[in-house]
Amino acid sequence: MGSVKDEQQTLTGWGRTAPTRARVVSTPDVEAIARTVRESGERGVIARGLGRSYGDPSQNAGGLVIDMTALNRIHSIDADRGVVDVDAGVNLDQLMRAALPFGLWAPVLPGTRQVTIGGAIGSDIHGKNHHSHGSFGNHVLSLDLLTADGEIRTLTPDGEGSELFWATVGGMGLTGIVLRSRVAMKHTETAYFIVDNDRTADLDETLELFGNGSDANYDYSMAWFDSISTGPKLGRAVFSRGSLAKLEDLPKKLRGDPLKFDAPQLLTFPDVFPNGLANKLTFSALGEVWYRKAPKKGRGLIQNLTNFYHPLDMFGEWNRAYGSRGFLQYQFIVPFDAEDELRRIVRLMAESGHVSFLNVLKRMGEGNRAPLSFPTPGWTVTVDFPIVPGLHEFCSRLDEIVLGAGGRLYLAKDSRTTPEMIQRMYPRIDEWRKIRDSVDPDGIFTSDLSRRLAL
Amino acid sequence: MIDAVGNPQSLLLLGGTSDIALATAERYARQRPLRIVLAARPSERLEAAAERLRSTGSTVTTVSFDARDPGTHGEAIEKAFADGDIDISIVAFGMLGDQEKLWTDVEAARELAEINYVAPVTVGVLLAEKLRKQGHGHIVALSSVAGERVRRSNFVYGSSKAGLDGFYTGLTEALRPSGVKVTVVRPGHVTSKMTEGLSEAPLAQTPEQVAQIIVESVRKGKELVWAPAQFRYVMSVLRHLPRVIFRRLPF
Repeated sequence: MGSVKDEQQTLTGWGRTAPTRARVVSTPDVEAIARTVRESGERGVIARGLGRSYGDPSQNAGGLVIDMTALNRIHSIDADRGVVDVDAGVNLDQLMRAALPFGLWAPVLPGTRQVTIGGAIGSDIHGKNHHSHGSFGNHVLSLDLLTADGEIRTLTPDGEGSELFWATVGGMGLTGIVLRSRVAMKHTETAYFIVDNDRTADLDETLELFGNGSDANYDYSMAWFDSISTGPKLGRAVFSRGSLAKLEDLPKKLRGDPLKFDAPQLLTFPDVFPNGLANKLTFSALGEVWYRKAPKKGRGLIQNLTNFYHPLDMFGEWNRAYGSRGFLQYQFIVPFDAEDELRRIVRLMAESGHVSFLNVLKRMGEGNRAPLSFPTPGWTVTVDFPIVPGLHEFCSRLDEIVLGAGGRLYLAKDSRTTPEMIQRMYPRIDEWRKIRDSVDPDGIFTSDLSRRLAL
Repeated sequence: MIDAVGNPQSLLLLGGTSDIALATAERYARQRPLRIVLAARPSERLEAAAERLRSTGSTVTTVSFDARDPGTHGEAIEKAFADGDIDISIVAFGMLGDQEKLWTDVEAARELAEINYVAPVTVGVLLAEKLRKQGHGHIVALSSVAGERVRRSNFVYGSSKAGLDGFYTGLTEALRPSGVKVTVVRPGHVTSKMTEGLSEAPLAQTPEQVAQIIVESVRKGKELVWAPAQFRYVMSVLRHLPRVIFRRLPF
């Protein structure tokens, strides 16, 4: 049992766009959650974790939002089997701090640790190790789902209810509320990475380095690329690839405490940034620094979690730097054979005048069975654009190219595409809808995202 | 839902044949086709307006709405929201009338007051209720610079717009906690069917120009705008002129 917090709140996603108002209920009491869902009115209900999706999947205008962060108990950590049993509101930062002393590492880690287990499942998140380990849903052994009828069902990937399990993975919270889950962790000897850095001079070199098979040598791999410089520097990149370090890889001074959670944060951004600070001038300068500070060819570097994986975590609440108008993150994937389209998009970005600093390019591996899961084999690109006039037209143009190349957008990032686009980008969406409709015929689970994209 | 870059998915035009409202709808539809509800008295003009908007690829429906009959407004708003959330509602109906007749003819004055003030108020109350329930949305109310400082030449019209302006300015504050936004737009002279036959005033503009200002203001979340923007400063001066000077001005 626990207290129930119940109040009206204005919510946005991490991009701080499109605010809407909802009744937000927060409680660690599963019974109270089930009761609240049963009593949700005609505007429906959606679960919300830490609000790190960029658009509107964890908002529900005029309806009910269950803030799941209060339901955050780690029930057990099985060090031998490497399995954790956790509430859906547990976040990856909390889980990693608790599991590291047992030599366990999160199986999939996105660009931030500030995501809940429920959110990780709902968005079927991926990280730098997608090419070697797949997305989060691949590591979920079971999940407890509170469905529209008020029942709690335990689902597994292969047993009874596996259809609903995979509809929930990547299902953006629209099949029900994940309450608890068992997740297979990864064994590790240390909390450090052994890293190789490479710098490429242009887009050709960048794609060549990704394509030459070297990625297979690393569990974790991604490249930051320059999307502002036009001309010969276009698409130059800083590669950061590595694997979890073995004890013997560590220098002596780190060996004493190899599983220390080492993820420093420097400062938290105050909410004082004007609109327009994120512009071509500041971003070009930042990009230049970023590119130059990387070693041309670094080998066997030992780096902590923040250095290697979460450089943005140096700065808490970094989304504030975009000012009150906010920003959007555009992430798409295109198949490997669509390299021409990929080049075209990178060129368009550089020429567009829309500037992005956070540009990530990654080779993705095999997808999983979830009909709405984003990853498929191919190239994924992630960019952040500040909201300015003309951005809609530009992104719509990119949508067309992505769709034409047989690619898709990531629902956890989207905040502006159309229902028609999503319908065509996700060929299995009707299969997903059938499963969702069978378990929630009245559409109780609803979000701003599901309204906007008619999911 | 209005998306991250400010595109609405649905639009309600109260005064579904208003030139400014239709120009605004066309502007939105050009960015991206959407669902449009036109509320007005059934007429050939209304059907023609619906056809015009359909040619943008938008889905257009019409709802029978008579500003002079407040008793029916509830039903009209109910129907307008029947197919789902409305992202932006534009309160655009109104009449200008014969200004000399208006202050000398009881019936004419009453009709104008009902259309330009009473109906926007009843509609505003009904919209507010709907939008609070839906937890998001934006109202655009078409006021006028004529209401900012009422003058002899069109004071009955001006007084009705002054009333509307005050109501929606207050509604802006009242709805703020519920996440619903209101934009009050004060155009100057607009060359439209409403001002047909009148001589053109300074800073006159087309419905398309006003529409552009409306779309930009909604996107930026502005709560009070003039069209054109320079009117803000013009009116700021006029508002403070002593009466003896004001009444000698040639308009």
